[in-house]
Amino acid sequence: MSQDYNFISDWVKPQSKVLDLGCGDGSLLADLQRQRGILGYGLEIDPQSINQCISKGINVIEQDLNKGLTNFADDSFDTVVMTQALQAMRYPHLVLDEMLRIGQQCIITFPNFGYWRTRAYLNFRGRMPVTKQLAYQWYDTPNIHFFTYKDFESLCYERQIEVVHRECLAESFVDRKLKAIWPNLFTQTAVYHLSR
Amino acid sequence: MLPDHLPDHSVGVVTSQTVTIEQPLKLACGVVLPTHELVYETYGELNGERNNAVLICHALSGDHHAAGYYETEDRPGWWDHYIGPGKPIDTNHFFVVCLNNIGSCFGSTGPMSINAETGEPWGASFPSLRARDWVESQKLLMEYLSIECWAAVIGGSLGGMQAMRWSLEHPNKLLNAVVIASSMKLTAQNIAFNEIARRAIKSDPDFCNGSYLQEQKAPLRGLALARMIGHVTYLSDELMGQKFGRELRIGDLVDRNADPVEFQVESYLNYQGDKFSDSFDANSYILITKMLDYFDLSREYDNDPVAAFKQARCNFLVMSFSSDWRFAPQRSREITDALLAAGKSVSYVEIESDKGHDAFLLPNDRYEQALKNYLARVAQQLTGDAR
Repeated sequence: MSQDYNFISDWVKPQSKVLDLGCGDGSLLADLQRQRGILGYGLEIDPQSINQCISKGINVIEQDLNKGLTNFADDSFDTVVMTQALQAMRYPHLVLDEMLRIGQQCIITFPNFGYWRTRAYLNFRGRMPVTKQLAYQWYDTPNIHFFTYKDFESLCYERQIEVVHRECLAESFVDRKLKAIWPNLFTQTAVYHLSR
Repeated sequence: MLPDHLPDHSVGVVTSQTVTIEQPLKLACGVVLPTHELVYETYGELNGERNNAVLICHALSGDHHAAGYYETEDRPGWWDHYIGPGKPIDTNHFFVVCLNNIGSCFGSTGPMSINAETGEPWGASFPSLRARDWVESQKLLMEYLSIECWAAVIGGSLGGMQAMRWSLEHPNKLLNAVVIASSMKLTAQNIAFNEIARRAIKSDPDFCNGSYLQEQKAPLRGLALARMIGHVTYLSDELMGQKFGRELRIGDLVDRNADPVEFQVESYLNYQGDKFSDSFDANSYILITKMLDYFDLSREYDNDPVAAFKQARCNFLVMSFSSDWRFAPQRSREITDALLAAGKSVSYVEIESDKGHDAFLLPNDRYEQALKNYLARVAQQLTGDAR
């Protein structure tokens, strides 16, 4: 999903302070450090990912996002990022609030469960979708909250969160053409740039 | 005796060196030591740029013998598992320096040394010490070795306190601080355990108010008891359960006439206490536990750890162990949060372990890997290989 990152880097101010929630192997922070000269920190709980970050010289803090982010002060970061992890949070709406408390702005990417292939899978097979992007069986998945592009839009509306940018990503040529008309149906990955 | 075959990745047979530091050392309490002796060991080679030196800071009962073997002993130094060629603190890349700090009792100037002014051992009159005094003394050794800047200062427990103090006192003299199972200040519970240990020593009639050397006595029972208390707090409940359970060494609890009964854990603790009291000095124990109690990283920064860490210029690696209740993970989190708020480069790893505070000295794959990856990066940067 490295194509997410290009947008993200455009939205991050050079030399700013960035917190990446669930930073994985630290690739995004490494890119942002190189391209924008940011001071970055990642939060992660997977030991192997933590080791990869350390090897890359990425600041990584072992912390479970589900246990809260109360150790971070209001406005302590310019940007708080979360890629492909909101659906794995215990309380996504509270995490979103926390991200906007800690950061001036935040950037979120998530898999759109309203994508036509996912819908077709459920519709025709009658089973929970197992796709390339959501490659887990229902009983053994970190992804405990499935939501669509539309769901997220309405959450932002309800919570009066300002959507600064939104980008809809899709892999195939046809999907990319059609997502402009029916974003909820043809977006695979949604990328949001939010502020309070 | 030295084992027949030294294990792979050992630094091999080592010897210690002694240096008399001729510059006066002004201690935090105001007393000036006109000269002092330091015993130290080094492993690996100092490179041409003299920029690959790593300082190891020992904790309460540690010494200068961190790695390798002495000709006369079968056990290696206290941190041998982590120091050596191919080990996390890799002597193929680093020149590792470990010294016995002043106030301790393994050859460096301390309570057992002769006070030149009186011609008697210092004993209990040895000046009160702070962690910063150890740092200043280490800095004098650094100058003696013509090292401009440490690639890293590394320490666990009280050693981590020294690493943090280095980063504030001499921010340009180190590139990395590795702070393991440490704390910015002791909790009340921690101070309480230290006071119980000191009271145990002082209650021994052979303590003689600290003048036991002059009286040709040694408060072995008091010191052993102090160590037994400490030892319990360094282990976790789980580990003691696993290691000893309710196993008996002598006797039988079913047969009521089979007295005496001794649990394995009793025998173990008594052995540890006696072993320690044979090798450690009671006045040093009192002195260094007080140094631990007095340590407060941010006292002179308005009790604001963020303001304190703003002085630092180095990168930090902070590590803790899940079952350590003497220097709990929360203490390391506080260090990490303060560093984050101060905008410093920091990584924090909480290692799953059932070994309590002692875990920082023991083998643990994850701990090893994190330290190794971090220091490999440091080594790369020294040679300019890093992207």
